[in-house]
Parts: sequence; structure tokens; C-alpha cells
Amino acid sequence: MSTLTLKATNKELYTKLMQPDVITGSEILLRSLLLEGVDCVFGYPGGAVLYIYDAIHGNPDFNHLLTRHEQGAIHAADGYARSTGKVGVCIATSGPGATNLVTGIATAYMDSVPLVIITGNVMSTAIGTDAFQEADITGITMPITKHSYLVRDVKDLSKIVHEAFHIASTGRKGPVLIDIPKDISAHKTEFNYDNQINIRGYNPTVLPNKLQVERLLKAIDEAKKPVILAGGGVVYAGAQEELLEFVSKTNIPTITTLLGIGGFPSSNDLWLGMPGMHGTYTANKALQSCDLLIGIGARFDDRVTMKVDGFAPNAKIAHIDVDPAEVGKVVETAIPCVGDVKKVLELVNQKAKAAQSEAWIQELQMMKKEFPLKYKDDNKHLKPQYVIEMIHKTTEGEAIVTTDVGQHQMWAAQYYKFNHPRSWITSGGLGTMGFGFPAAIGAQMGNPDRLVVSINGDGGMQMCAQELAICAIHNIPVKIVVINNQVLGMVRQWQEIIYDNRYSHIDLSGSPDFVKLAEAYGVKGLRATNKEEAQKAWQEAMDTPGPVLIDFIVEKHENVYPMVKQGSTIDEMLMGDS
Amino acid sequence: MNATKHTISILVNNQPGVLQRVASLFGRRGFNIESITVGKSEEEGLSRMIIVTIGDDQKLEQISKQLYKVIDVIKVIDISANPMVERELALIKVNAEPSIRPEIIGVVETFRATIVDIGPKSIMVQVVGDSDKVKAMVELLKPYGVIQLTRTGVAAMIRGV
Ligand SMILES: Cc1ncc(C[n+]2csc(CCOP(=O)(O)OP(=O)(O)O)c2C)c(N)n1
Repeated sequence: MSTLTLKATNKELYTKLMQPDVITGSEILLRSLLLEGVDCVFGYPGGAVLYIYDAIHGNPDFNHLLTRHEQGAIHAADGYARSTGKVGVCIATSGPGATNLVTGIATAYMDSVPLVIITGNVMSTAIGTDAFQEADITGITMPITKHSYLVRDVKDLSKIVHEAFHIASTGRKGPVLIDIPKDISAHKTEFNYDNQINIRGYNPTVLPNKLQVERLLKAIDEAKKPVILAGGGVVYAGAQEELLEFVSKTNIPTITTLLGIGGFPSSNDLWLGMPGMHGTYTANKALQSCDLLIGIGARFDDRVTMKVDGFAPNAKIAHIDVDPAEVGKVVETAIPCVGDVKKVLELVNQKAKAAQSEAWIQELQMMKKEFPLKYKDDNKHLKPQYVIEMIHKTTEGEAIVTTDVGQHQMWAAQYYKFNHPRSWITSGGLGTMGFGFPAAIGAQMGNPDRLVVSINGDGGMQMCAQELAICAIHNIPVKIVVINNQVLGMVRQWQEIIYDNRYSHIDLSGSPDFVKLAEAYGVKGLRATNKEEAQKAWQEAMDTPGPVLIDFIVEKHENVYPMVKQGSTIDEMLMGDS
Repeated sequence: MNATKHTISILVNNQPGVLQRVASLFGRRGFNIESITVGKSEEEGLSRMIIVTIGDDQKLEQISKQLYKVIDVIKVIDISANPMVERELALIKVNAEPSIRPEIIGVVETFRATIVDIGPKSIMVQVVGDSDKVKAMVELLKPYGVIQLTRTGVAAMIRGV
């Protein structure tokens, strides 16, 4: 059993790395990564990256985690990035290795996650000849990367790595791909690490237009029913304190989107929950009746707005975002504030005053009391919501929670309450099944001292289950929860509600015994079918130092409520019979 | 808002793949391309693309903002918002038995186009002008039988300094 220790970029190491030597492209790559402060890389070798893996071999400064699938590697890098705020890095070989990353790249792109993805390619002389394992990965991924490079000269490599990290982690963050032909990774040149970055045409806006900030303040002053819609941009900008200060000063009720969860403490009285398709009653009603809507680092996704004509019909919309292209993309925006969310809020906070919102707040507080999130508990079945609530209680809301995609994801968003940013890790924009479990591995690597809980459906768990091996081998103590309803639950729900109970291909009969599957990999497996067993198993999992998988057999017919059907406005909510 | 024609000038870093990045962005975001031209600019290492597109103000704003997200894009200007010069070149090969040639030459001269090649049964006409002029020239030559037509797409520049 090997343990992975994180190597700090200490002074000694720095001096060693900066030494001007004539070295191969592969060694340049490793040195550059280390100089960027990379402490853990997830990857999978193959012919085109053999020089790189040869350089990794025996390199005492370099931590590499061999996943069992490239998809596992990139989702792990993603979970690492989301949970730490650092750039996640993964390596794959050319052709099939590179194409196996595509889903993960798209996932990171949609959620603005900073990744640097290294792929090998065939010899540069063979590019374009349909050589063995050749794929035009820069071409394939162009629509889903923030930028990409195909390295043509080893002399450019260190500059490219440096630029890639800069681009990935500034402005609106995102994945950057570096494709390195095999011969380039073998060629030698003098290593020269230049700290200067000068990318003409790339200057993300940091500070907003002062006039617009004034207009925002005036709008707050005039508003009777203001509301804040805070998205993932708040978390990514590290602006949670500034947001809290903004809300404390202005008394504006605050909604957090799926990716914004944790960007504002759910314990705060002014928090209204999540909006949209499975949003809370109060959040959706607030959006529909507000007269000022301040979007902060939120991109008005259609799962939030639902039917766009008819969304926030009475509201003047202000939008704070680092990406100018998001402003006015979906909804007409009266007050655009383009800039780094943290910086914009700092400016706004200098002059922000309390809004005239007492009556509005009272109205919403009553609504919160009258229409809380609820489900029908019973003692015969184990309810998925109960399991999430139990996990929340016993971890005191302090865990890092990753989810996969489906009903369990929505229940986790609803019933686990977050008070810290970067503790909630979920695939929002792309909705990628198979994301949650490997992302938890990455999150644990980045946060060795925190409890990481991975909540999965029985469907999605089978999309990257092979990474159980990684947990076992490296003793990565992720608590793996399977909310097992024996069906593709979210699809079942739609087929029930929208397709008239015509259940088409949602039955997951033939799934493995998850306990045995875990054990087959050397991970402890537990099962629970009722509340008592659930509590016992969970306690045992918490008491076990290493990785544990708990298979919670839950009620199959449970649905996520509230629910807004596609084509409806967000206040047309189905509330369920609970 | 009504959709109108816009001529957009885009200054880009002359990196491999930059044309693909820009063109595929138009495709994937549902922006339309009427014509696209690329060539070197006044500065070493930079190219200029001229794209003619159709859209309303909101769409134009999105196009420009999305283009700026492409790292290799340096500057985007909707030059049709200014007084500008817009030119396109077309080569048109038309059927031209010797007997009919004087007539065709007459048409060509009126348009200040030029004959750039003469074959046994055809002549090749070169016309330079804004897109409307090129279109009109083609229309006039159609009755003689156009054998082949190739257009460059629009090159354009704002007038004055
Ligand atoms: C890769 C991928 N394929 C298909 C889907 C469509 N999809 C969304 S939710 C869902 C069902 C998920 O079922 P399960 O993992 O059992 O979770 P549950 O909804 O039951 O909690 C499916 C198939 C998806 N989001 N991602």
C-alpha cells in the first residue's frame, strides 16, 4: 500500500527545478507542473505519453494517481479543483485515452472549473496520417475548452504550460488542453521558466464600470422586493464573505443556485434555498414576484429560469459576472456589472445600505414556514430524504459532499445544508452521471483532513465504479453512499409524471450487489434497508478510518418535489402529496 | 428588433486552428455566416477575418462577446456601424461563342469589370465591388450561361482614419 504525500513547492525544490538544464520535453512538463504548484495528477498511460511516464518514474517530487479509466482521472481532477480552488491536472494518452476525457472536459467547461489536461499525440510527423491511435483531440474539444494548444516545438512547452495555468484559473475559469506529440515529449532543449505572461487579447475584466455600480446601489435603494440569485461564480471567486457582507448590509433575501450552494450560509435567515426545476417554493415565488433581481455569478440556466418568457416578470435585472458574454445572454439585463465577483461586491459594499424590504422579508418568511421542503416519512420504508438528513445531522453539515446526477443529487441539494463554500461538488451544467464518485476521490486528495461523502444513485455508481480500486489501494477514506432505488430514478420520475407511467428502460435489475462489489475491490461494504440499519451502518462507516461503501436500499417510488415541468414558469410547481 | 446584415472585422492571432475556432463558434451558437474571408493583416503574426452575418442588435452583441472569449481573438469591430468600404471579387466563366462576345464585352465594360481569360467557347470575367454589384453582374451574365462562378467573400474596412 503506497501513501501519497503532498509535496510542497518549497524553496529547495524551487531552486532545483529552476536550474537551467538541457532536458526532454517530458522533464520540462514535469518541472513546469511542479513550478505551478501541482501536487497531485490523475492519469492513465499509453504509447503516446510513454516518455512522460518515463520521466514520472522515480521522480520523488511528483504525485501521480493511476485511475482505472480516463473518465475517472478527469472527474477526479475536477473534484480536486472544485474542492481546493486550485487547478486540477490530468494526463491521458492519444486517441482513445484522449477521447475518454471528452465527457469530463465538457463537464468542467459547463461548470467553469479550472483544469489543465495533458494529452499525448502521435509523432508530429505522423499527425494527419490517421496514424495508430491518432485523434484530433484539439479539434474534438474545441467547443468544450476555454483554450487549447497543440505543441509543435519543445521550446514552446514551458511557456505553454504557464499560459495554460494562467488561462484556466483567471477570468471565467475553465479547462485548457495541451496536446503533446510523442516526439516533442522526447526532444531536448534548454529549460527556461519564464514567469512573464503576455497573452495579447486576453485581459479578463476585473473591475466593473463605476457608473453601473452606482446604478445598482440606486436600484437597491428604490426596490421594495429585491432578491439575490447567487451562483457558482460566488464560490469560484472566493466571494462568500463579500456576499454575506452585502446581504447583511442590504437585507436582501438570497437564493443560491445548484452550483451556488455553499456560497451563502444556509443557516442565514435570509436564505431562501435553491431555485428552478426542483427549487424551494419560496425561492421560486420570490423570483416571480421580486421587483429587483440581482444575479451574482449565476448564468440564468434554463433549469433555473424554466420558461424564460415569464421568468421574473416584474423584475429589473442586475447581473454581476466576470464573463461579459453571460450578461444579457438569456435574460434582458438593465444593470450589467462585469468584473470579478469578489471585487465588484467589495466596491458595492463600500456604499451599500439597507433596502426597504421589511414587508417583503416578512412575506417570504411566512412562505418559508408554510411551504418548507418536506416528504412523507414512514417507518416501513427507508426514504432517500431521510438518509440525506441523517448524513447531514451526523456530519453536522461539515463534510465535503459530492453527488452524481439524478434524484439523489436533488435530495442532497435540498436536505444537506451547507455553510461553507467548496463543500458541495456536483455536475450542474452538463449533468454528468459517473461524475460524483471519482470527483470525491479528487476532493479527498485535495483535502486529506476533511470528511468526504460521495452520494450516488445505483445507476450512476456503475458508470465509474472501477475507481473503487483507487480508494482501496491508496486508502482514500471516501464514504461512498449509494441511494439504491433499483431504477434510474430521475428518469422514472419523468416517465411517471410526463409520460403517463410508461416506464421505458429504467429498471436496473442486474445491478451488482454493491456490498460485494466494494469488497471485491477491497473496500468495506455495508447495507441498510431500514432506518435502524441505516443509522448503524452509517455510524460504522464514520468509525472506519478507510473507504466504505454503504448501499442504502430505499423506497423506489419516491419523487423529488417541488417540481416544475419543462415549459412551465417556475411558480407552477407540483408539490407532491407529502 | 429586426435582423440586419452586419460586417464584422476580427483581428486574430495567427495560430493554427484559429479559423476553425471562430467558424465553429458561429456554427455552434447558431450564428449565421453569409461570407467569411481571412488573410494577413498589417501586423506580422496577426490575421484579419471579415465575416458577414445577419442578426439583430442582441445577437450582434452576443457574437461579439462570444468572439472575445476566444483567446486568439484580439479585436472585434462591427464595421458596418461606420462608413466603410466593402469589396468582393468574383470570377465568372460564361459561355461565349465568338459571335456573342461583343455583346458580353459590352455588359462587362458597363460594370467596369474585366475580361481576364478567353477560351474557344467561353470567357472569364472578373468583377470587383460590393456584394450587390457582384450579384448584379452575375444576374446579367446568367442568360449567356454561367459555367463556373467563384466569389471571394467580403473584404472591408472603415473609411478615413
Ligand atoms: C452520462 C449520463 N447519461 C444519462 C443521463 C440521463 N439521466 C439523468 S438522471 C438519470 C437517472 C439516474 O439514475 P440513478 O443514478 O440511479 O440515480 P437516481 O435518479 O435514481 O437517484 C439519467 C439516466 C445523464 N444525466 N448522464
